[in-house]
Amino acid sequence: MPRVGLFVPCYVDQFYPQVGLATLRILRRLGADVDFPAEQTCCGQPMYNSGCAADARPLAERFLRVFAGYDHVVAPSGSCVSMVRTHFRELLGDRPDLSALAARTYELCEYLVDVAGVKSVEGEFRRKVGLHRSCHGLRELRLGRSSERMDPPLDKVRQLLGALRGIEIVDLQRPDECCGFGGTFAVSEEAVSCLMGKDRIADHEKAGAEVIAGYDMSCLMHLDGLLRRDRKAIRVMHVAEILEEARLAP
Amino acid sequence: MNSFHAERAAAFTRDVPHAHWHDTALWFVRVKRDRGAASVPEWERLRDAASGIKAHTLSRLADYLEEFERNAASNGIQVHWARDGAEHNRIVGEILERRGVKVVAKSKSMLTEECGLNPYLEARGIEIVDTDLGERIVQLAGEPPSHIVMPAIHKKKEEIGELFHRKLGTAAGLSDPKVLTEAARQHLRRKFLGAQAGLSGVNFAVAETGGIVVVTNEGNADMGTSLPPVHVASMGVEKVIPRVRDLGIFLRLLARSATGQPVSTYTTHFHAPLRGGELHVVIVDNGRSQILGREPFRRSLSCIRCGACLNTCPVYRRSGGYSYSYLIPGPIGSVLGPQRDPVAHASLPFASSLCGSCSDVCPVKIDLHHELLALREEIRSQNILPWSKRLAMQVASFVLRHPVLYRASGRVARSLMRAGLVRFGPAGAWARQRELPEAPKESFRELWKREGGGREA
Repeated sequence: MPRVGLFVPCYVDQFYPQVGLATLRILRRLGADVDFPAEQTCCGQPMYNSGCAADARPLAERFLRVFAGYDHVVAPSGSCVSMVRTHFRELLGDRPDLSALAARTYELCEYLVDVAGVKSVEGEFRRKVGLHRSCHGLRELRLGRSSERMDPPLDKVRQLLGALRGIEIVDLQRPDECCGFGGTFAVSEEAVSCLMGKDRIADHEKAGAEVIAGYDMSCLMHLDGLLRRDRKAIRVMHVAEILEEARLAP
Repeated sequence: MNSFHAERAAAFTRDVPHAHWHDTALWFVRVKRDRGAASVPEWERLRDAASGIKAHTLSRLADYLEEFERNAASNGIQVHWARDGAEHNRIVGEILERRGVKVVAKSKSMLTEECGLNPYLEARGIEIVDTDLGERIVQLAGEPPSHIVMPAIHKKKEEIGELFHRKLGTAAGLSDPKVLTEAARQHLRRKFLGAQAGLSGVNFAVAETGGIVVVTNEGNADMGTSLPPVHVASMGVEKVIPRVRDLGIFLRLLARSATGQPVSTYTTHFHAPLRGGELHVVIVDNGRSQILGREPFRRSLSCIRCGACLNTCPVYRRSGGYSYSYLIPGPIGSVLGPQRDPVAHASLPFASSLCGSCSDVCPVKIDLHHELLALREEIRSQNILPWSKRLAMQVASFVLRHPVLYRASGRVARSLMRAGLVRFGPAGAWARQRELPEAPKESFRELWKREGGGREA
């Protein structure tokens, strides 16, 4: 039984505990021995993306220490995993302990598809769902093929959700345009950020989505904030919340 | 750091229908690009090859430039070297003055914009006519280009009708693109006939042949350089490619990436001057060798100026070219500008959500969004980042290094949020158009602890 270190990003820990719980349940039901090391805090992405590498470095080191002993590290966030996998090296240099950790740190969907080898998804979700393909999961982790690239088709998230009974995944006019969250960008470029978010929502609305599903609560927090302010009926859900009740098997 | 981009972008987005019109116009080009790229089964291999050739060339740039110079000279081309924009302008000015040139026809060149050639020549009594339709429009309007391939993309056809009415004497109220284009065509035809010299940019300079290649869709570079006896072509040092066989890779990528066309309408190879005429090539550094010496940013010199990163950028599409403090807007400009002047262009690396669409669309695989990220670090290390942001990140880092502090401040922040007391600073900017998240009573770690290691889950 693999020992999985559950990495719950700081904003998920604080604002979306149910997403952490859903992730925990999914991993446990797959038979993993899941632990949540309480010494974890944040991967340092907000500092790193602001150019403050010196402030991010101790957090990267801390992450490395906290998660050193696990077979796998899994997080319900493409963005934070891409911080570990793509950018820790720029902070800490080439270190064998880092490359080992980076190679076994996974976003939840890719863990389910690539490591747990989930082929069968038994469950029900009778909703029209628009997939929000958050950028870092898409273009850093390659959870799917981005619309710019001419590679063979690939979409790990759709592979999982599409198998649910009753689900209807709607077609968007712009399948993977950024929602405009972008970390501190959401505040420092508030005007463009919100227009991007509203445009994304309009695309989902036109396609008839009832639920916007994604693998990054940060983008969904931004979209949810806009949806609630404009009193729209669409709601956002993390993929983990949708898969929580389903029976997943290789 | 300044908030140049954020302020101008906020002004641009205030007129939402106009911002949407701009976004849609550019997205249309992005979709055409996707169709063009999809029609080439080996598209990703072409990108790999182009990227490899550029990386190789940049690693031996001086050698290839000298090879180009030797071969060009033996073809009868006069090659000049300019350290910076001022030297470039002086060289071009002297060539023109020696021949007593008073009117020149110029085809599109972002390099001459970078060097400020037009005002330099105008101050010396030389009339310079931009002959690319979009360039001519912005020249008549007294504006800089807002896009590197489609300089007047920010103007609606009605605005152009009004501009032509004022400047070219066309009837009032025209907005039919065909009629407007025809008016421009007649106007430019007279200018072409009167020009005593032609200026152009250079898309590719081929080291092994000593020839240059100029790509246009309107044939204006050909019109402008075929009649007059003098042709002056300006190129940045990074435009050289080793072999003529490399051209096929770049030309296929360039046209599709820029507009989705399988091939540009005119691809002209200049190998020698006209009979009895002069062909000058001015090779310009203007800071490029500095960039070449900086490892994380070297790849930005691979750029072939297709504009695809602008068209795909969700921020550029919704903020327009004039929101960028550098003359090249969008992701590539935000990488190049701060390297020229980090203080003046400090807002540009932050004018991005780091979505990475630019890097995936780039035909020569410049890692644009990672270069933007690296530039943010430079801005921090040069202390251009505002103290408030620096302090905020230092405090956040300190709190996050101490789990006890993190847990306590999380609990306090959530109860303040539930009480509706968080509404200033970043939270205020967040909440102008958005609700803050609904803060739960318990964090995940509290639930985990209470449930004894999450056993209930």
